[in-house]
Amino acid sequence: MSAAEKGWKDVPKGGLILDAGNAMEYETGDWRTYKPVWDEEKCIHCMICWVFCPDSSIKVEDGKMVGIDYKHCKGCGICSFECPRKAIEMVLETEENGEAGACE
Amino acid sequence: MATLKELSMREDLLCGGHRACAGCAAPIAIRQALMAVDPESSDVVVGCATGCLEVTTTIYPYTAWRVPFIHSAFENSAATVSGVETAYRALKKKGKIDRDIKFMAFGGDGGTYDIGLQSLSGAMERGHNMLYICYDNQAYMNTGIQRSSATPKGASTTTSPAGSAIPAGKKQIRKDLTQIMVAHGIPYAAQASPSNWRDFTRKVEKALEVDGPAFINVLSPCRLGWRYAPEETIELARLAVNTCAWPLYEVENGVVKINYKPKDKLPVAEWLKKQGRFRHLFKPGNEALLEEIQEDIDRNWNKLLALEAMG
Amino acid sequence: MSRRVAITGNEAAAEAMRQINPDVVAAYPITPATEIVQIFADFVANGDVDTEFVAVESEHSAMSATIGASAAGARAMTATASQGLALMWEMLYIAAGLRLPIVAPIVNRALSAPINIHCDHSDTMGARDSGWIQIYSEDAQEAYDNIIQAVRIAEHPDIKLPCMVTMDGFIVSHGMGNAELLDDDVVQKFIGEYKPEHYLLDVDNPITVGALDFSDWYFEHRRQLADAHTRVKDVVLQIAKEFKEISGREYKLFDAYRLDDAEVAIVVINSAAGTAKTVVDQLREKGLKVGLLKIRLFRPFPYEEISEALAGVKAVAVLDRADSLSLMGGPLYIDLRAAMYDAPGPRVKMVNYIYGLGGRDINMEQIAGVYDDLFEIAKTGEIKQAVTYLGVRE
Repeated sequence: MSAAEKGWKDVPKGGLILDAGNAMEYETGDWRTYKPVWDEEKCIHCMICWVFCPDSSIKVEDGKMVGIDYKHCKGCGICSFECPRKAIEMVLETEENGEAGACE
Repeated sequence: MATLKELSMREDLLCGGHRACAGCAAPIAIRQALMAVDPESSDVVVGCATGCLEVTTTIYPYTAWRVPFIHSAFENSAATVSGVETAYRALKKKGKIDRDIKFMAFGGDGGTYDIGLQSLSGAMERGHNMLYICYDNQAYMNTGIQRSSATPKGASTTTSPAGSAIPAGKKQIRKDLTQIMVAHGIPYAAQASPSNWRDFTRKVEKALEVDGPAFINVLSPCRLGWRYAPEETIELARLAVNTCAWPLYEVENGVVKINYKPKDKLPVAEWLKKQGRFRHLFKPGNEALLEEIQEDIDRNWNKLLALEAMG
Repeated sequence: MSRRVAITGNEAAAEAMRQINPDVVAAYPITPATEIVQIFADFVANGDVDTEFVAVESEHSAMSATIGASAAGARAMTATASQGLALMWEMLYIAAGLRLPIVAPIVNRALSAPINIHCDHSDTMGARDSGWIQIYSEDAQEAYDNIIQAVRIAEHPDIKLPCMVTMDGFIVSHGMGNAELLDDDVVQKFIGEYKPEHYLLDVDNPITVGALDFSDWYFEHRRQLADAHTRVKDVVLQIAKEFKEISGREYKLFDAYRLDDAEVAIVVINSAAGTAKTVVDQLREKGLKVGLLKIRLFRPFPYEEISEALAGVKAVAVLDRADSLSLMGGPLYIDLRAAMYDAPGPRVKMVNYIYGLGGRDINMEQIAGVYDDLFEIAKTGEIKQAVTYLGVRE
């Protein structure tokens, strides 16, 4: 049963949400007009993009950047603007290069 | 204090999928605040006032919070969290809980400077062991950019618009809430900016270590309300700091310490001119107002320097 | 061993709270409820309770902090009256919407303006749509008993609703009466431990409380609230049954006093019922078949049972200590008329007397006069005036 089909008997009382962090299921990636393109070669893994991303969409593992969460990235461009090595470029997202629906 | 790499290895306690505007500083600030909690030693429970942060992160049935979260109303984030904190003390005393839990209450400037001032004041005065973080975007943004007492002088908002009869926008100076909190005699009060993430996370760490109430006012640029391109959010926070429009300082047990003194203090116009809400100030005839704003900034900055010198 | 004491309503409420020993009490002073908080603060200061007491800076914060504490997993209480209840009005709805089992003694006092510190029921009547369970108490004994039972009712897994227990300001809150108090361990055993299913301090299972509902969900969550209220009646009776076993005192949804063969009856809430019962006895001495129905559970409104109890009566006078300003009389009258609308059998004639606003006294003569009016109505079948303001200077 999708969330939209559930009735009042099917959900916890009082509007409680029991599934912490389930907003991850809601994909805001389609808000984008421009998408960040990450140049792994230029990246020095300083984590600046990570600390400034409003949408927790810079993927990091063991202190290194590993990619971008295109399902949630809204294309605000802060990461690109702040990157000290210009390793992230904002590119107009089209059907050809589009990430919508895809994710690493 | 953890390095950025170390911080990056902590789980993001605010996850993606929330509906904040692209480039919104509030989730940046909250992510930074939460990353300062050491998961090895503590858990954290947060409360939030009605406002941008709350509505965008908890649209039923989704929540972007990976920590226990409560929202009850607009003006009472501090009171609500003070109740949670009290329950913790009561249940810990009875041996029903043995974890170390930190308590954070969030509120926008609307829910903190204005309608929430009473409940914040009460909670701070009573000495609850909690940290209140105001994410200050300088207006009631969630309802569409209305002026709050945190709105700086000269800003055009929907309830203080720059018009032909009243060209100045908001006439009053911005209320200095950080100083009001200092006057409560709480052990720790500070001003921070998400641009200076190291300073901010260090302050959050410190505030959480304090046994008692702590308050941090963090600047939260709003691309829609301030009118600028979303990628400049951090830059605008940085400029506010570098023009001394938003000084970074902390007051620990009454002792003032300015954490950052810009080597080249920029004229406030450098910050103002990048924002649509101040555009009218650059029209001919408004020069006096611009001067006034610079004077206010300088007076405040000098006052802060003097307070620091006093020791 | 229970003990029989001379006690005021506020003292009895504070004593009940002491024996409940809640985890958290967040409260603010307001006449005539202040004493409850004061006496309780003494208990805290002397170590008679384990409660963490929060002396908040307003009633709005009192309910906010109580909500925070309850959502956190603690048993939390507050107490207030009148303007204080009015100030926390939005939070009452929020407490009910969040399904938090908060119990609060409310001392009935008139709402401003004009400002008045004396008894009427406008404050709790104003909160009747908030989703709180409302239990009214005639005297100190009932206030004490109801507060203790309220903890079980509110926390019942089928219910999970906040509950207010009221008593009349000054008349009962400050008036000295007799009451039998239970032993501490008896009360503790009766209320048991509070074991919430989901709570904020359960950090291994993080929950979000107070999320935003768009129009695709609000209706469903509020429907749940209505559903919970359908089960309150049975739980109130079940808890009353258990309470009788430890106290010997019987409680039901309402108190039917000499109602069985009554030709005419008065329906009333709180302390005026005491006065009215004396009048009933006097008139019965004279052979007049009069009766009384005293409301206990007002929200939810046990309309089926009440209309059944009044079915055989020819004429009913509802005494309201509050006005609804609807031109249709006071809140109890309006609810009761609605309840009686579909009752089988001949239509019961109903009239309303709004009395006692702002602490205006009501005496036995006036109540006897009401019964006179009722007999007239029963005889002629005619209602000259549906709503009468009883005791006001014209």
